[in-house]
Amino acid sequence: MKLAVWTYEGPPHVGAMRVATGMRSLHYVLHAPQGDTYADLLFTMIERRNQRPPVTYTTFQARDLGSDTAALFKRATQEAFDRFAPQAMIVGASCTGELIQDDPAGLALALQLPIPVIPLELPSYQKKENWGAAETFYQLVRHLVKARAQAKPQHVTEPAAESSAEYPAVSSARRPRCNLLGPTALGFRHRDDVKEISGLLNAIGIDVLTVAPLGADPQAISRLVEADFNVLMYPELGLQAAQWLQKNCAQPFTKEIPIGIKGTQRFIDEVAVLAGLDLDPSQIESLSAAARSGWYARSVDSNYLHGKRVFVFGDATHALAAARMASEEIGLQVVGIGTYSREWAREIRSLAERLGAVALISDDYLEVERAIDELQPELVLGTQMERHIAKRLRIPCAVISAPVHVQDYPSRYSPQMGFEGSNVLFDTWIHPLMMGLEEHLLAMFREDFEFHDGQSPSHLGTGATQPQSGSFSASQRQGLAENTVQIDLANGTVAERAIQQSANEPIWEVDAEQELKKIPFFVRGKARKNTELFARNQGLSRITIKTLYDAKAHFAR
Amino acid sequence: MNAPDQGMRMHWLRERGQHEVFCGLTGIMWLHRKMQDAFFLIVGSRTCAHLMQSAAGVMIFAEPRFATAIIEERDLAGLADAHEELDRVATALIERRPDIGLLFLVGSCPSEVIKLDLSRAAQRLDQRFAKRLRVLAYSGSGIETSFTQGEDACLAALVPQMPQAKPSDPPNLLVVGTLADVVEDQMRRHFKALGIVRVDFFPGRRGMDLAAVGPQTRVLLAQPFLGETLRLLQTRAAKHVPARFPLGVEGSLAWYEAAAQAFDVPKAHQQSVLLPLVDRARLALQKHRQTLRGKKVFFFPDSQLEPALARFLYQEMEMQLTEVGTPYLHAAIMQAELDALPADICMSEGQDVDRQLDRCMDASVDLAVCGLGLANPLEARGISTKWSIELVFTPIQGFEQASDLAGLFSRPLQRRELLS
Repeated sequence: MKLAVWTYEGPPHVGAMRVATGMRSLHYVLHAPQGDTYADLLFTMIERRNQRPPVTYTTFQARDLGSDTAALFKRATQEAFDRFAPQAMIVGASCTGELIQDDPAGLALALQLPIPVIPLELPSYQKKENWGAAETFYQLVRHLVKARAQAKPQHVTEPAAESSAEYPAVSSARRPRCNLLGPTALGFRHRDDVKEISGLLNAIGIDVLTVAPLGADPQAISRLVEADFNVLMYPELGLQAAQWLQKNCAQPFTKEIPIGIKGTQRFIDEVAVLAGLDLDPSQIESLSAAARSGWYARSVDSNYLHGKRVFVFGDATHALAAARMASEEIGLQVVGIGTYSREWAREIRSLAERLGAVALISDDYLEVERAIDELQPELVLGTQMERHIAKRLRIPCAVISAPVHVQDYPSRYSPQMGFEGSNVLFDTWIHPLMMGLEEHLLAMFREDFEFHDGQSPSHLGTGATQPQSGSFSASQRQGLAENTVQIDLANGTVAERAIQQSANEPIWEVDAEQELKKIPFFVRGKARKNTELFARNQGLSRITIKTLYDAKAHFAR
Repeated sequence: MNAPDQGMRMHWLRERGQHEVFCGLTGIMWLHRKMQDAFFLIVGSRTCAHLMQSAAGVMIFAEPRFATAIIEERDLAGLADAHEELDRVATALIERRPDIGLLFLVGSCPSEVIKLDLSRAAQRLDQRFAKRLRVLAYSGSGIETSFTQGEDACLAALVPQMPQAKPSDPPNLLVVGTLADVVEDQMRRHFKALGIVRVDFFPGRRGMDLAAVGPQTRVLLAQPFLGETLRLLQTRAAKHVPARFPLGVEGSLAWYEAAAQAFDVPKAHQQSVLLPLVDRARLALQKHRQTLRGKKVFFFPDSQLEPALARFLYQEMEMQLTEVGTPYLHAAIMQAELDALPADICMSEGQDVDRQLDRCMDASVDLAVCGLGLANPLEARGISTKWSIELVFTPIQGFEQASDLAGLFSRPLQRRELLS
């Protein structure tokens, strides 16, 4: 058993629902107990979809377990077919359905429905949501494409056998065409990424034949082979399908993720090769002119971003891309990079090593929280989970990856991918930080009597909150308590209490604590941690002003 | 169910198709806010954890007082002893959270199906941590409970822990069902004014703050979904005071009157205490009636509050009822509510959601009371909705909240009009 407070991914059948809900004319019959229907709200509330997911649940109860849950499943499947008349169906079980071993696949096939019925085996006690989505998409592709897999579309001039090497030859009679693989319902900005990447491909002379699963119907899946190659947008969700299509239909797929200006340029180079296009550099230049983020990052205001410490966490695709963009395009210092997608541990570790950052492969929310607290970054780029962690630790944060919340479905167009995506990312990441000029002024005037961080803004009048003379930053830390410095307001002295758990926990001298307060609040936590670490390593029991600056020099090396 | 007389006159539908309702685990969402020293450890699957997180998304700011011990392949394959694993997880949790005074092991669909005996596990842990905290078990599984029945199962697990009242103890009133603290405080004041001084609320603000129960205990249900809890209290010789539920002015009045009658409060005194409250509350309802009067409302089954809410909307808001669905009807508890409903409506128990949606569309209703999964799809088809989950999270009981309750229904209609 594993103790979980919050989870990064749902069960695998939720992944299957993301595929089914993204598609059209596909229906999912899920053998599941009453209550599993909660998953509908992910789509209707979080994503604000205006239709119910195309899912029929058997919602069996205790009384059914004694009788015939298999008959219940067959009835539900038949009724779903009659009511929704889908082109194809997928059938499977949720975690409890799996335990009662009714064999949904066999039961559904016994109904002899006149449409493809694709059974899903999603082991709920081993696998998770993204795997479930990838497996479902793969099964759909494998079953629906199968019939045509050997037959290469006629408008490709060369036979498939000859093009099995690096990439297929493309007919000169028409523009090259590709599929976009991976986007699903409940994806992080999938809708906008599809639009952005479709526009980009179209602009460089490539047609998008099918986007799948999002927006495709089963017939469109069966026509995937008519494209020359595949663009794999989200490897977590589409890699298995893309690999199968490469192996069986000689369709190569892209490896570059078009996130960030450089990522997008690498992607363009890659698709140009796959499509056999000789791109005009001036054309690329005019496209990339849409990306303001490059100039914004070079502009003088962004100087303050230099070397700011950032912690990145998310699914592997977004975490890897964000870490690269943060480091290569914005000049932030990536101090930690992690993912809950264990399958991509190697890629994460190797990028972490290259960037000199800590790598974290974990789906334990509490472990991620510990890592962030430990590293004291100045910016967190994470999921909704990290947003909450950062909020507690008072660190600016932007969301770059699922798991998602309702606010991750903005009404405006805001892709993560492509050149426009790089603008969106720049804005989204930088806004939680203070803008450069503002920060510069703050630092310049921080000794000013009206300008310390305890002072309330003058436009709020004198009735606004008073600066709290007693609120040392110590009290902000970790819900305070252990080695706090207590203020005796009566005589203005500071009384130190040592309710310390360990005897070697250094104590802050009053003037050192005061000096620490002069350090801007957004780096104060880090300064405190470093100083205490330094003091402990040096075996010091008290922290003086000297210790503070010794530590600063030590860590500046 | 045994349909009561009024129920027999109505058109009853009993359906056993797809149920679009939460399971009983969801009750943890409000139970852990109420019992502030209780922790709920679900023994279940990743689905259980995901449900809690999706339904409770907004509460993520704090480390919540609930978690899931996720059953894994090795637990199922017998590679690990499930009881040993559970002990390990529970012990780690108890070490981590010294503030816990009461730990519930909460059963789920998978734990029920693999027949993991959580009461035995609870007993074992209860003995092991006897000096630190209490450990109890109940099931919130979807195969046994729907939505609010989880609270019933939780409270039922607490009933055997209630001390026995001494024969010499004076009569006490036990108000059963989770209420917001503010509502509880109002009720205490009103009962005191009525002269009922020995009032206990169950559950209390601390899990093991349990009232003594005995033959002199009068049980007044504040929530309708507590059939099993009531039955267990009755086996402890407590007496049920049947009443309408304190929803709306008339419901609240009937509820307080039933309590007053059980404690022999003179009629004149009842009136002197309750009528000013009634007058004030009626005043506050007026503007909502203007919005709601004559509008058609349809209830999808969810919380078992539906018949009582329908009575309020029909009697006091003059709405037109179409279908009133409820996941389960406890006839004895609902008798007084059914008596107040018109005979020409359709009552349904259980669900077949696709068919019910068809009926809802056919009835061309103005407002549907439904779960979160159905709300936006109905809105998109032109029907205003009220999420039923809000009715268990929001303080809606008593005179003071009558207009808030009406507001929950009038707001979606006013909004649609405003934006049309």
